Amino acid sequence: MSIFHFISDFFSQSAHWHGYDGIPQRLWEHIQYSMLAMAVATGVALPVGLVTGHTGRGGNALALLATAGRALPSFGLLVLLFVIIGLGLLPVMIPLVVLAIPPILVTTNEAVRSVDPAPVDAARGMGMRPLRILAQVELPVALPLILSGLRSAAIQIVSTATIAAYVSFGGLGRYIVDGLYQRDYEQVVGGATLVAGLALATLGAFWLAGRLAVSPGVRHR
Amino acid sequence: MIRFESVTKRYPDGTVAVDGLSLEIPDRSITVLVGPSGCGKTTSLRMVNRMIEPSGGRILLDGEDVQQQPVHTLRRSMGYVIQHAGLFPHRTVADNIATVPRLLGWDRRRARSRALELMERVGLDTALARRYPYQLSGGQQQRVGVARALAADPPVLLMDEPFSAVDPIVRKGLQEELLRIQQELGKTIVFVTHDIDEAIRLGDMIAVLRTGGRLAQYAPPDRLLSAPADAFVEDFLGADRGIRRLSFFTSGGLELSSAPVVGEDDAPPDLPTAPYLLVVDGDRRPLGWADPKRRAAGDRTLIPYGRSFPAERGSLREALDSAVLSPTGWAVAVDGDGRAVGVVSQEAVAAAIRAAHAGQGGAPEDAEPAGVR
Repeated sequence: MSIFHFISDFFSQSAHWHGYDGIPQRLWEHIQYSMLAMAVATGVALPVGLVTGHTGRGGNALALLATAGRALPSFGLLVLLFVIIGLGLLPVMIPLVVLAIPPILVTTNEAVRSVDPAPVDAARGMGMRPLRILAQVELPVALPLILSGLRSAAIQIVSTATIAAYVSFGGLGRYIVDGLYQRDYEQVVGGATLVAGLALATLGAFWLAGRLAVSPGVRHR
Repeated sequence: MIRFESVTKRYPDGTVAVDGLSLEIPDRSITVLVGPSGCGKTTSLRMVNRMIEPSGGRILLDGEDVQQQPVHTLRRSMGYVIQHAGLFPHRTVADNIATVPRLLGWDRRRARSRALELMERVGLDTALARRYPYQLSGGQQQRVGVARALAADPPVLLMDEPFSAVDPIVRKGLQEELLRIQQELGKTIVFVTHDIDEAIRLGDMIAVLRTGGRLAQYAPPDRLLSAPADAFVEDFLGADRGIRRLSFFTSGGLELSSAPVVGEDDAPPDLPTAPYLLVVDGDRRPLGWADPKRRAAGDRTLIPYGRSFPAERGSLREALDSAVLSPTGWAVAVDGDGRAVGVVSQEAVAAAIRAAHAGQGGAPEDAEPAGVR
């Protein structure tokens, strides 16, 4: 059987569209985990990246931290936390957040740091206060790059959130984990397809956000 | 009035950018700080709006120490123009110009109409209001920069090498525009440049700074050219300062002779004193020189006249240039519409130059700027 048969069979079975193990339910769970992890990671990394980028200090420490964060294997961390903390959403969220922080932090810092100094100097000379300069000059100019950092973080979260299923949570990982366990490859392929689809949808959402939020004056580059 | 009182800027590593600078910058005039790189001219300028804080001395604005004033209020009360304009790339031209009015709490509509008004003032088509900076040429961007600095009508304008990043032709246009705006608005302008020609062209007063941040000379351009304080200033001014100084003497006093000006089809008059005739067209625009004897013999060839000079608003430099450029040694004076008013010989220009020097009685202190650039 080809992979396309797996996919078409998986999606044509009406049983896969209903109930607690149905696609809508699993998709929604997956989106919820992803959004939560993304919100926490953004809430931590974005302000830190903006401030370090604005002041131009702490860039090295940041890079070090980011490299360390990237080196941590998400799955290993999940298992470790599961052993330490026990069952719960926390052991799932921590690896996802740890995974997402480095790209957001590093890109945001770099994005703000690389803003042309001339407009910033002009803003200062015109009597803008530092916070206003950050919000009204540096952030809008750095936004395309910042969004790209958020986007890669979001894609990584969406694809990695499958690990929630290993510690008996839901999400699209359920199909993959259960399918592998039951040697039901149709389910594995179906789940993987859904994850890929969700990742593509995330890309689309960020493209749209870019169109809406980035000024045409900086988008052209 | 802006007053520097022994202002010093010494960095923690011991570098001295500005060393005991004392200057009085008169109101409603352009004061240029000029000097080689590392002379502290930009540092001096940036201490006025406290982008840099002095480590010694003080700067008074209308008698008040700038360091006693809230920094943001101080900066909003001064226009600030920098080298690459520093426009906000994410904001339209109109929004860029409206920055300070918006900071001062003007409502959107008032700020916008002010922005459009300023676009006209600096010679920008208001159709550009909705454009973004990347859609403008370098010269247009710099005009927006100037408009943005003028937006809240500040009495003081600080300009840090504003025209040095554009090509020479555009720069000349921007300089003329600045002089025109200054004539209309009468701001107190502090202007930094490394280009001595720009300084002489724009400055009512010029402060020449030397490396290490010390003032070498502070004088009006005419005086700077006629009496440089020392070898450094003389060297910095470069060659032909005598010729350049002639820019400050008006050509209005030259005695123009209109007799040798003849129409294309007129019979050549009998003028034993004029070795050449200036042939003009029906609108009295100069066409070229003719030798009277050869013209009488039917030879219609004309000798190119080179370049004319404005009879009234011109300077002796332009008159001299016109005379030496012309193969006949005679300069052609025209009115505002380019019509020939008369001609004047190299010798007559030279006599006028001598008279101008004599008029100053050899004492340049009494020099009255001719108001001509």
